Amino acid sequence: MAESASNVTRTDAIETDAIKTDAIKTDKLSLWYGNFQALFDVDLAIKQGIITSMIGPSGCGKSTFLRSINRINERLGYVRTRGKIEVLGHDIYGPEVEKVQVRKQVGMVFQRPNPLPLSIRDNVLFAYRLHDPQHRRKGKAALDEIVEKALRQVLLWDTVKDRLQRPAGLLSLEEQQKLCIARLIPVQPRVLLMDEPCSALDPAGTEAVEELIWELRGDYTILIVTHNMAQARRASEECIFMLMGKVVEHTDTAQMFVTPQHEETANYIEGRYG
Amino acid sequence: MFETTDLNQRNRQVESRVKTLFLLMTLLLILPVLVILTMLVIKGGPMLSIDFLFTEPTQGMTAGGILPALVGTVWLVVVALLASVPFGVAAALYLSEYAADNWLTRIINLAIINLAGVPSIVHALFGVGAFVLFFRFGTSILAASLTLAVMTLPVVIVSTREALQAVPHAFREACWNMGATRWQTIRRVVLPNSISGILTGVILEVSRTAGETAPIMFTGAAFYLPFLPQSVYDQTMAMSLHLFVISTQVPDVPEGLPYGVALVLIGMVLSMNALSIAFRTYLRGKKKW
Repeated sequence: MAESASNVTRTDAIETDAIKTDAIKTDKLSLWYGNFQALFDVDLAIKQGIITSMIGPSGCGKSTFLRSINRINERLGYVRTRGKIEVLGHDIYGPEVEKVQVRKQVGMVFQRPNPLPLSIRDNVLFAYRLHDPQHRRKGKAALDEIVEKALRQVLLWDTVKDRLQRPAGLLSLEEQQKLCIARLIPVQPRVLLMDEPCSALDPAGTEAVEELIWELRGDYTILIVTHNMAQARRASEECIFMLMGKVVEHTDTAQMFVTPQHEETANYIEGRYG
Repeated sequence: MFETTDLNQRNRQVESRVKTLFLLMTLLLILPVLVILTMLVIKGGPMLSIDFLFTEPTQGMTAGGILPALVGTVWLVVVALLASVPFGVAAALYLSEYAADNWLTRIINLAIINLAGVPSIVHALFGVGAFVLFFRFGTSILAASLTLAVMTLPVVIVSTREALQAVPHAFREACWNMGATRWQTIRRVVLPNSISGILTGVILEVSRTAGETAPIMFTGAAFYLPFLPQSVYDQTMAMSLHLFVISTQVPDVPEGLPYGVALVLIGMVLSMNALSIAFRTYLRGKKKW
């Protein structure tokens, strides 16, 4: 494992337990939508406990890559995948792998906040109820505690604590997006995938959600796709630049934006295309 | 700079003519409905009474009430629904939530569309062959209702599928990404949010079933049977067939009688529709998005 040396220094820096494996590691990952190839031999090693951003022009395969990590792409019958994806050292295409478990361990946040048409409380408990068969036997107090903890973690508790029974759709977009993050927390995922989580939000909402994502790092490995270069720069520790289904560059965010190693990266960052 | 030109004026004239034309066509369209209802109320209205609804026909169906036909129609509709709704909703759920877009699904869709286009008399003959003879149900409520069910199945499937598709796809995505199975997604999110649409479709179905004549003619509805059915294996009278019979087959029927029967039948159908609209409005009010 060539990356493990740099891994250790990185994880030391953010004071988590010594972690030897990458959170997400792909090996020659290629993906086709029908006859269209969206990913070409992508080799990536995304480190545990930090925020990694993915940038690149529309259609470069960022979202496709993201959607491969929790195997949601397979919902589309015409998708073919080749290569290997490991999450926390486990091949997620292995024969014994249960897709439901993959999706439990790897949470996804979408571009457009998509709270379910349920109350705020039921939204937070939705995934929890799916994955804990004992949830009916838990008392209301125990569930309340889960709700409070999750909502506190996404900095939403104080705003919504008096209206937990109200429909989630009545919240502002920023609050909805925070709720969409909160509902992942009770099942304790290891990885959070975020597909342009702020692009539907206004500047204040963007700032608030970015702050929240920053707070969550360490506890979770976060992979965030963004169109917003400024966001990638201020809200991630490592950055991946993709172009036409291939990884061009993967390095420290600071380094990428100051001294990009590839001309394409430099051109994109400077806004010459995209 | 902003003055009217000749062209503007001509356009405006054409505009107003076109609009008037479309309005007239629309009015023409509702005219038959108005005429039918008015005629029925004027000619059939005097027939209506508690006795008319709750007594049996007498004197060779030229007098008396319509109780057996009324009860028979309710039987037929209820049994038909019990058969068509579970199948229809299950098929719609499969097609909407599970089926991949492949040749099999396309063939099924094609079959459903074609089934909807089969003339009702052909359904009737199918019902005779399948339910009356092959399954040996005889001419009975069961055979007639199953025939009605087969006939209305495509409509149930299509309306249910539309109701399911009206639930935003983002909700399903959210559920799947949290590790919900398709069934968990259906039960917790899709069905609760489409039930109003599904029920509306079902109720409209009822009104359609109640008025059908051909499919029940050879399969279970009787010409004249002055007592009430005791089980699904009995034959029964039905409103639609009764109307046909007294209008065309029985001599010396007083003029108002068919109008009265038609008025009750249409009243049943319209009140069902009204119920479905009220129900939909109520459930929509409870939606949370």
